[in-house]
Amino acid sequence: MIGAITLLLVFQLIGEIFARTLALPIPGPVIGMALLFAALVARGGPSGELRNAAQGLLQHLSLLFVPAGTGVMLHFQRMSDEWLALALSLLGSTLITIAVTALTLRVLSRRRDLQSDAP
Amino acid sequence: MNARLDEIWVYLSASPLLGLTLTLLAYQGAVYVSRRCHGHPLANPVLLAVATLVSLLWITDTPYGTYFDGAQFVHFLLGPATVALAIPLYAQLARLKRLAIPLLGALLVGSLSAALSSVAIGGVLGASKATLLSLAPKSVTTPIAMGIAERIGGLPSLTAVLVITTGIIGAIGARYVFRALHIEDDGVRGFAMGIAAHGIGTARAFQESEQMGAFAALAMGLNGLVTALLLPVLVPWVLS
Repeated sequence: MIGAITLLLVFQLIGEIFARTLALPIPGPVIGMALLFAALVARGGPSGELRNAAQGLLQHLSLLFVPAGTGVMLHFQRMSDEWLALALSLLGSTLITIAVTALTLRVLSRRRDLQSDAP
Repeated sequence: MNARLDEIWVYLSASPLLGLTLTLLAYQGAVYVSRRCHGHPLANPVLLAVATLVSLLWITDTPYGTYFDGAQFVHFLLGPATVALAIPLYAQLARLKRLAIPLLGALLVGSLSAALSSVAIGGVLGASKATLLSLAPKSVTTPIAMGIAERIGGLPSLTAVLVITTGIIGAIGARYVFRALHIEDDGVRGFAMGIAAHGIGTARAFQESEQMGAFAALAMGLNGLVTALLLPVLVPWVLS
């Protein structure tokens, strides 16, 4: 468990250093994710320990958004001033994006079956 | 007695223990309610937990900064959790290779749609420039979106709220969109949720199936990369 968490933090740290030294617009954790992905491809998969730790962390991904979400209380004023534009923009844009993405992927992958992968 | 209570309150409100414990309690309560509702998307755990915490802080007149001193320990885990997304992604490696071109196409279309449609709708309805700049990265996962907002001149903390609202809308609304459009494939559903509704959509997708979750995680990660690269170039041009 500790080994796996250390590994995740090391990759995040490398990602942050990368992002800062090269002045990349991409945040450090995303670079860390890409690097870990590359390492897994090179190594042929995660250890059982790493898989368990990742699963534990991702199972409660929702929890990790709660502190930032509670920050809504800082913006009540702006949000009540512009509530209609915000509400319609978020609602419309999110649902449009879901529809457009799903339709594009369905059309582009028509001849390849997403489900049947293996045997 | 009252003086004693005051003393305890002074201690608690100054220590990170309270904010951290309240975050976990609110989340546990939200998960319990969500389970009791059989995981109905309207009983979204993030929405319930945030509503509980905001009410509590508002009633006790506690500033957000005081709360965040404790809650930041949970917030910090977003970083390692983002890195950990490499693992479900790796599990989809074979499928990824086979579907590389369709996935890249859908990624580009989805990423542009998320940023442009939000700015367009907000702009038409008269949102201010700072609000529009904070809206543009709303479909990307929180840590990335806040970074982008800062870069293009939005308000990072407003972006965080809009991102989370977007995630909740996506997690709740996706099933109705899929039903209307007859989209049944778990991979397609997951990918669309990950593009439009980042981590909250991904968390929702994992509740449905492992495959849906993996595609959502992939979409979220890729969308984070693409949006971080595109928006700083695109937004000044669109808003000028």
